[in-house]
Amino acid sequence: MNTTRKATISETIVKRAFIDSFKKLDPRIMVKNPVMFVVEIGFIVTLILTFFPTIFGGESEPIYNGMVSMILLITILFANFAESLAEGRGKAQADSLKKTKQDTKARLLQKDGSFKMVSSTELRKGDMIIVEAGELIASDGEIIKGVASVDESAITGESAPVIKESGGDFSSVTGGTRVISDSIKVRITTDPGESFLDRMINLVEGAKRQKTPNEIALNILLVSLTLIFLIVCTTLVPISSYVGVAIPVATLIALLVCLIPTTIGGLLSAIGIAGMDRVTQFNVIAMSGKAVEASGDINTIILDKTGTITHGNRMAASFITVEKVNHGELTKAALHSSLHDETPEGRSVIELAKKIGVSETEIDVNGSAGVEFKAETRMSGTDFSDGRQVRKGAVDAVKEYVKQQGGSIPSDLEEKTKMIAMEGGTPLAVAENNRILGLIYLKDTVKPGMKERFDELRKMGIKTVMCTGDNPLTAATIAREAGVDDFIAEAKPEDKIAVIKKEQAEGKLVAMTGDGTNDAPALAQADVGLAMNSGTIAAKEAANMVDLDSDPTKIIEVVAIGKQLLMTRGALTTFSIANDVAKYFAIIPAMFMVAIPQMSALNIMSLTTPQSAILAALIFNAIIIPLLIPLAMKGVKYVPMSSTKLLNRNLLIFGLGGVIVPFIGIKLIDLLLVLMNLV
Amino acid sequence: MDFLQIALVLVLLNLLAIPMGKYIAHVFSLEETRLDRVFGGTEKIIYKISGITQSNMTWKQYAKALLISNIAMFGIGYLIVRFQGILPANPSEIAAMDPLLSFNTVSSFLTNTNLQHYSGESGLSYFSQMTVIIFLMFTTPATGLALCIAFLRGLTGQKSIGNFYVDLVRAHTRILIPLSIVVGLVLVGQGVPQTMEPTITATTVEGAEQQIARGPVAALESIKHLGTNGGGFFGVNSAHPFENPTPFSNVLEILSMFLIPASLPFAFGHMTRNRKQGWILFSAMGLMFLAFLATAYFSEANGNPALASIGLSQDEGSMEGKEVRFGIAQSALFTTVTTAATTGSVNNMHDTLTPLGGLVPLVLMMLNNVFGGDGVGFINILMYAILAVFIAGLMVGRTPEFLGRKIEAKEMKLIAITILIHPFIVLVPSAIALATEMGSSAISNVGFHGISQVVYEFTSSAANNGSGFEGLGDNTPFWNISTGLVMLFGRYFSMIAMIAVAGSLLAKKPVPETIGTFKTDNSTFLVLIVATVLIVGALTFFPVIALGPIAEYLTIR
Repeated sequence: MNTTRKATISETIVKRAFIDSFKKLDPRIMVKNPVMFVVEIGFIVTLILTFFPTIFGGESEPIYNGMVSMILLITILFANFAESLAEGRGKAQADSLKKTKQDTKARLLQKDGSFKMVSSTELRKGDMIIVEAGELIASDGEIIKGVASVDESAITGESAPVIKESGGDFSSVTGGTRVISDSIKVRITTDPGESFLDRMINLVEGAKRQKTPNEIALNILLVSLTLIFLIVCTTLVPISSYVGVAIPVATLIALLVCLIPTTIGGLLSAIGIAGMDRVTQFNVIAMSGKAVEASGDINTIILDKTGTITHGNRMAASFITVEKVNHGELTKAALHSSLHDETPEGRSVIELAKKIGVSETEIDVNGSAGVEFKAETRMSGTDFSDGRQVRKGAVDAVKEYVKQQGGSIPSDLEEKTKMIAMEGGTPLAVAENNRILGLIYLKDTVKPGMKERFDELRKMGIKTVMCTGDNPLTAATIAREAGVDDFIAEAKPEDKIAVIKKEQAEGKLVAMTGDGTNDAPALAQADVGLAMNSGTIAAKEAANMVDLDSDPTKIIEVVAIGKQLLMTRGALTTFSIANDVAKYFAIIPAMFMVAIPQMSALNIMSLTTPQSAILAALIFNAIIIPLLIPLAMKGVKYVPMSSTKLLNRNLLIFGLGGVIVPFIGIKLIDLLLVLMNLV
Repeated sequence: MDFLQIALVLVLLNLLAIPMGKYIAHVFSLEETRLDRVFGGTEKIIYKISGITQSNMTWKQYAKALLISNIAMFGIGYLIVRFQGILPANPSEIAAMDPLLSFNTVSSFLTNTNLQHYSGESGLSYFSQMTVIIFLMFTTPATGLALCIAFLRGLTGQKSIGNFYVDLVRAHTRILIPLSIVVGLVLVGQGVPQTMEPTITATTVEGAEQQIARGPVAALESIKHLGTNGGGFFGVNSAHPFENPTPFSNVLEILSMFLIPASLPFAFGHMTRNRKQGWILFSAMGLMFLAFLATAYFSEANGNPALASIGLSQDEGSMEGKEVRFGIAQSALFTTVTTAATTGSVNNMHDTLTPLGGLVPLVLMMLNNVFGGDGVGFINILMYAILAVFIAGLMVGRTPEFLGRKIEAKEMKLIAITILIHPFIVLVPSAIALATEMGSSAISNVGFHGISQVVYEFTSSAANNGSGFEGLGDNTPFWNISTGLVMLFGRYFSMIAMIAVAGSLLAKKPVPETIGTFKTDNSTFLVLIVATVLIVGALTFFPVIALGPIAEYLTIR
């Protein structure tokens, strides 16, 4: 149902990422990632030791030093590659957006009423332009005059054109979209380079990527772990020399690099970029990574009823007969009343009649004339050539109509009308000549699959609140059918803000969708505000995410993506830290085994030689990074379930797995190294 | 029989800790309780004399009050031991302590460490014992308790963090003083001396002259354990028959030192209105404790292979350095408890424990969170709980929160300081000591055991435990200054950082709990805490443990 931007990793992206991973070796860039910066220093030190083995005093083997040095370089390159790849994918998306941003000509309206052709780059805020059918709209703006259908597929990927008109909530147009019919007068609302599209491109490119709050906190943890291991490794030298154990510098660096959280340190920024990117793939532009992160924490989602939860138009749900009228007779009459009715309601009556099973021959418009709905009569219907008149309409209007024709009102009509209204439906009376046959039960229908999605949300611990202008009775019925947790009936825009503030006062994070100007304050107040691209500029400015497809239900996916981002981060951190157990058991015995042969008791993986053990641990530490790149990019699979189940599952995979996998991996690499005669 | 003894003590402890936890929660309640009627009168007089206003403090005021009062205590204590020679109550005519040893001693008792680079019977006058040692033995656990309670108030979202002075006074009047009177009297009943008379000169049956030191021992002995202090009246501490005469007194001392640390999780359960939460933390610490206890017991019971190889029978286990009246079970239990609760009193010599038996007290102090000292130990395990939440909590797809409060960059910074400081102040001075003559000359056993001796001394200082691998000749300027500083850093850095965490958490709006919230009161979290403690806390020390006790174990087996 959503158009998804293609996110394949093309060869060019890989190539560019490959080159970038070397460019990022620049220490000035590396220092921004303290964990990997430590690895780089280790690389430089071991590189020096490769060529000058005795420079720091003592003996050391140049070949071994060289091998450690190379593995460290590869470790850094892997981490850089992960980040570049994520950035590259973002850039590729930006490029596809940029294509829509060609330099276009615009008819700038002059004061005297004439117009002048100018380049879109010359347009300034407040300028007026005229856009004719077939032309691209040069920049973001607001329609001042006219109605037009606009093809927004360049941005949304949605091929059906949308109607835009001056005044109201559908007056904003986006630069780069094409007018298909009619002509409009547009007031430009942005200066060049600041248009909505420009900002989107900037965001997607990650040019101004800022670390999110959780990322900052996690970084603090990673840096402090790095410092702890730095202390552990440096103090080990004098402590071990007390018992006559000399540790080669390269081995010490190997231990340090294995212990510091390189896996998560190398992948952390890639996870963040990829998380933003997944949102973009969903055709949602997030104004900041913070917003994506916040969406994982959402406790309450406020959804508009119309268009989000329901189709927004009332459909015939059943026919209800009055007194002793035959059900078939009512069905036929209802069908006949709608033969010429092209409204969705009318269509739905025919659909329902068909479903009940009236013969196809009844659906024959020949020999009849339609009576259109008028505000005065509040009825529509069909006049047949045999003089038969069938009408459907508001119950009061039909009652009046029948009375005028000398008919009587069925005794149970009142009661059944009330019943429908009680359930939140809209009753339409059906009359044939002077006889009322029964009622059409019109209902606002819940979109398919919504109930299941709300159930999913409930499983994640998210409360859904439905907002509607309907009366409380109608609202309650829809709320029950859709399975939302709460609803606000007869809602005014300020009610939404009140609800958001109330929830926030309880410490909850609130998400909402909106498109109208009067939604803007609520969008700004909400922790995650998703504006529809079809909405007004004000709404888009106030929100922190914009859905290019204008599909309000997407807020649910956005929440899932936010959760996935956090989960991926947690999973890889846990995995990275859990890996240390095996690495200790690989390196510690290897370090001391030569001087203290009994230490081989700790060599529980029975790795071949001290050197093979250290190299195996180091190689495992390096190659785990590219192996985890797909996971970092795609994110940990998210299935809605309770937190306890989710935690147990992830702990088992990434916690326990993180302890066990390196034991197996290091052992295998050790065997391979021996097989290849490298040690 | 051994198992029965151990099990009995532990069951008894559990039975006492549960009501004690509830009692502690009431003692420090910010609301009025029935306890106010019992103790309120005395406390009001104290508040009036000391000019304490009972208004609530911010975390900064609380921290300031804590530091100022501790600095004042340091000053008074230092002056007294420096001038003890001319001060009263000095029947044995003990001279003034030298400046560096005074610095070390006062730092040691101020930080609840009770590391002793002097021998109590000859180094301190009765006046010093009572006004410095016993005085600090009351105030430091009270400080730890107050801080812990303030931290819990922040964590559980009480209306305020409290008032330091009120908490300090209540810890004395409602907990430490009544309990120590009871324990002290029972100890006297067991034969522990409580007297102001000087050292006795006795003539033995063989006609030799013997000096028998005595003094107000019972008073010190009771608070020494209740306050997880550990400094002995006599040099050999609770192995001395006057400090710990009988198996019964041994059990009483074990229970005394473990009571408050073990009851704090239950107090926490009360404060957060979730008993299960308290039980989970208690169980996490309990499980680690049992694993360490088992290691110590079996290692000691198996005897010393080095002695077995020269033909000494090890059927009774490794009895070197142990008291016959306690045996292996009561010794192993005492050793595990005294280092878990970071008391530091000893009823056997830790230096002569078997390598793995000696590893147990060492690692327990490295962790410093398996129950731990009064107040501070529980803060430490909670810090690891927050860390566990932070690392693994993300895996439920929400930014981490503990008890409804988000753990963000600010808290992580403070926690990072705390987890960083501990390995720093253990490993860096150990490395310096082992690499330099001024440090390594104190070592009495060369080789791997020498590493253990040095690392034990600094770990004991950093964890504010106070026990030692005696044999280390540690009354030198290097050791007095270095361990003195380590003790001070070990106590105050984390104290201030943690009260800041509490302040920061208290200022946050709590997030309501939903089905999507990370649960911290179930068995998954129990596993998670233990794993975090072992991987983040213990593995840090794995290299040095490998070179110390593990290498020793592997080479002599």
